[in-house]
Amino acid sequence: MLEVRNIFKAYEGKPILKDISFSVGAGETVCLLGASGSGKSTLLRIIAGLESPDSGLVLFSGLDLSNTAPHLRDFGLVFQDYALFPHLNVYDNVAFGLKMRRVDQDQISQRVVNALELVNLSGFDGRQVTDLSGGEQQRVALARALAPRPRLLMFDEPLGALDRALREDLLNELRSILHQTNIPAIYVTHDQEEAFTVADRVLILHNAGIVRAGAPAEVWAMPESAFVAQFLGLGNVIEGEVSGQQKDNEWTVQSSVGVFDVRCAHKHQMGDKVHLLARPLSAGNDHAAKSSEGESSRNVLHGVVSDVIFQQERFKVILENGLYVYLNEAPGVGEKISVPIKVECLA
Amino acid sequence: MENRTKNLRASLPPWLKRFLLWLLPLSFLTISFFFPLSKILALTFNVNTLTTDNLQLAFRVLAFTFYQATLSTFLTLLLGLPSAYLLARYDFHGKAFLRALTAVPFMLPTVVVASSFSAIFGARGLFSLLFPFLPESSIFHPSPFTLILLAHVFYNTTIIIRVVGNALSSLDPKIEQAARSLGADSFRLWWNILLPVLRPSILAASLLVFLFDFTSFGVILLLGESRFSTLEVEIYLRVLKLPNLSLAALLSVIQLFCTLIFSILYARFASRSTIQVSPRSSKSNIRKPKTLREKIFVATFIFLLSSFFLLPLSALPFRSLFRLEADRGQRGEVQYGFTTDYYTELFVNRRGSVFYVPPVQAALNSLGYAAATVALSLLFGFPAALALAKPTRLEKILDPLIMLPLGSSAVMLGLGFIISFGVWLASPLLVPFAHTLVALPFVIRTLQPALASIPQRLRQAASTLGASPFEVWKNIDLPILRRATIAAGTFAFTISLGEFGATLLISRPEHPTIPVAIERFLSQPGGLNYGQAMAMATILMALTIGSILLIEKFRLPNSGEF
Repeated sequence: MLEVRNIFKAYEGKPILKDISFSVGAGETVCLLGASGSGKSTLLRIIAGLESPDSGLVLFSGLDLSNTAPHLRDFGLVFQDYALFPHLNVYDNVAFGLKMRRVDQDQISQRVVNALELVNLSGFDGRQVTDLSGGEQQRVALARALAPRPRLLMFDEPLGALDRALREDLLNELRSILHQTNIPAIYVTHDQEEAFTVADRVLILHNAGIVRAGAPAEVWAMPESAFVAQFLGLGNVIEGEVSGQQKDNEWTVQSSVGVFDVRCAHKHQMGDKVHLLARPLSAGNDHAAKSSEGESSRNVLHGVVSDVIFQQERFKVILENGLYVYLNEAPGVGEKISVPIKVECLA
Repeated sequence: MENRTKNLRASLPPWLKRFLLWLLPLSFLTISFFFPLSKILALTFNVNTLTTDNLQLAFRVLAFTFYQATLSTFLTLLLGLPSAYLLARYDFHGKAFLRALTAVPFMLPTVVVASSFSAIFGARGLFSLLFPFLPESSIFHPSPFTLILLAHVFYNTTIIIRVVGNALSSLDPKIEQAARSLGADSFRLWWNILLPVLRPSILAASLLVFLFDFTSFGVILLLGESRFSTLEVEIYLRVLKLPNLSLAALLSVIQLFCTLIFSILYARFASRSTIQVSPRSSKSNIRKPKTLREKIFVATFIFLLSSFFLLPLSALPFRSLFRLEADRGQRGEVQYGFTTDYYTELFVNRRGSVFYVPPVQAALNSLGYAAATVALSLLFGFPAALALAKPTRLEKILDPLIMLPLGSSAVMLGLGFIISFGVWLASPLLVPFAHTLVALPFVIRTLQPALASIPQRLRQAASTLGASPFEVWKNIDLPILRRATIAAGTFAFTISLGEFGATLLISRPEHPTIPVAIERFLSQPGGLNYGQAMAMATILMALTIGSILLIEKFRLPNSGEF
């Protein structure tokens, strides 16, 4: 359906987007995930036609949209700050897109009612948008984008301005609406939880490029880079140096916090710098060793406890070197501990 | 095909959009302001113009202009400072009314203010004719010069009240309490504490008042009976009465130079006066008068202000309804007392009257010119305001440029038109263009904040919902701007109705406007002429006050001042 091909965009000489290519299939929800300033909103605006790329193409069903004005693209866009029309009431806001498409009056009222029902705002027709709460305003914005049944829906940080509880509710609703309507969607956010909840596929943007793409579970299991692992908060990223080879693709890595045997997808040379991921939940609790094992033993994290935080079923143990693990028993602060842990190889 | 043109419009490069936005307003300004200005400059810097005689006369006129403006400013401060203190510090009944009352004259056309003062203090005014037994030199018979000064005070007191009052109300009242507790009496409090702290805002306000007094025209011409020659009046005389266009050009260049300097100084003081000492909510500063001295102060100034402002404003309609002197050529018994003749006479085309048409025609002319001014100034103002609402480097340069006509006097604009478009002087078309020049800065300054307040996202949202650029403008910009547009249009309307200086120079005798008609009626002897001047001034006052109320209703509550 939607295809984005080799998009480049720079502001005042600074590249914002470099060679971005991806596609969105029928009924698919793709999430653009990235820190603020990573260019994801710009990409969205380029797709919407509100900005033009320096080079590259946006195609829909194989047709180039370069010369199609935003209002002729038939893409719905939901803004973070809602962008509701303050001089129109709820009904007229939702009906706006239909009126622009010259839909006849009876059908408009029918579709407005349906759209408001879909976002759980039945009966809000006559209300002034300025009198609504933030969550209600965002629902109106969603209904407004849905009512014309666009061929693509785009969300620019749609829940960014809402508080946490409301965000979760709306997120689940949004997910079911997207499934119900089967409209392909692009969802831009900096919140990984949001991204993983709504997305069929996640694209992570960093340094003006896509650094990882895949289904949420896939990205979670294989972050493939130190940045993605850190950005998603998957755990401790440890920098080390290859010091030996065990088997064909198993290497020994030396680091300041321990020596690890790790399976890697790529070939390495001796002395190569590598990043390892140590997920805090993979810490071996059985052995929650109190500094008994020697410094030389492998696959063990060494460090001095700097803080212990009680988190219901377990303790989050923070070490002085900045790493953290989850343990079932709380060690004392200042204690030196060695924790067996499983590490994964990042590129 | 239709889609193609739409696409083309949407994909215009930004520089071309800017160019198209600026095309109309800048062409207008170039033709009607910068071109005449260049003509005036060319006429001025010329060996035949810069003679000793001319320069001597210019210096003499400049000196008198300075003198009257300084004196007027001083008197305005004398009334304005205590009034500012009264309104900023004390709570009393009718305060909102008193504040509004002092603000009314500032927005009235000069001819109305001049007529009002004439109606009460003038030689044919209420005091003279109702109380002829009052001694000649009493305060009820001020000399024309005193009358001019009083009218200037009447006009500009509101500036002091507003600027200094704002500074005062954001000043911590504990400063005063501390000074009092340390033993300062009222004089010391003002001299050692309040005046130094308020100095930047007092200076800024005074400069603004000075600027208005310096460029005052209608009041001086009408109340001074052509005896007092300020730069403005002299330019007018040298255009219409003792024609010498190059001398007029020289005077107007001096005038423009002075106003530019004052404006720059004002901008500097104004920016300094906004840095306030521990600003706080103004509520806590307001108190009821408690001590006897406070009560005397408050009562005195309420009386003084309300009589000073109410008397002329009410004398005008009153005088327009009472026959107090004989008409021109009228013999035998004169019926003194209530009459509506002055109004009914407006519809009669009399031989021997100052017009070839019934005077009411002047009102119709004014309304027509005002309507044209509204259309023109919105036509030029909208694109300019649109461009200024999203300023780029270009707009930073253009912004002061399009405000420049504000700094040049109306008489000078008229002179420029005469020099540049002499051939078209017979056509009534020039007048609305001159009025548009005066109104445009106000229109732009009213539209601009409203336009800037529309988030770009609204337009983008509409556009992604399928609205073409035109539909976006029609469905988003226009409805949201409706209020600001009405306010801006009314501004243009009011300015056009009251415009005097430029119109006096370029309007044709057979197409007078209300202010021009008032001037001609006032300059004629006879009770009927005078009465008709009063009647027309009353109509103009009513129209203007109605417009002001409309503007206040529709203006954005926090839109900028000028």
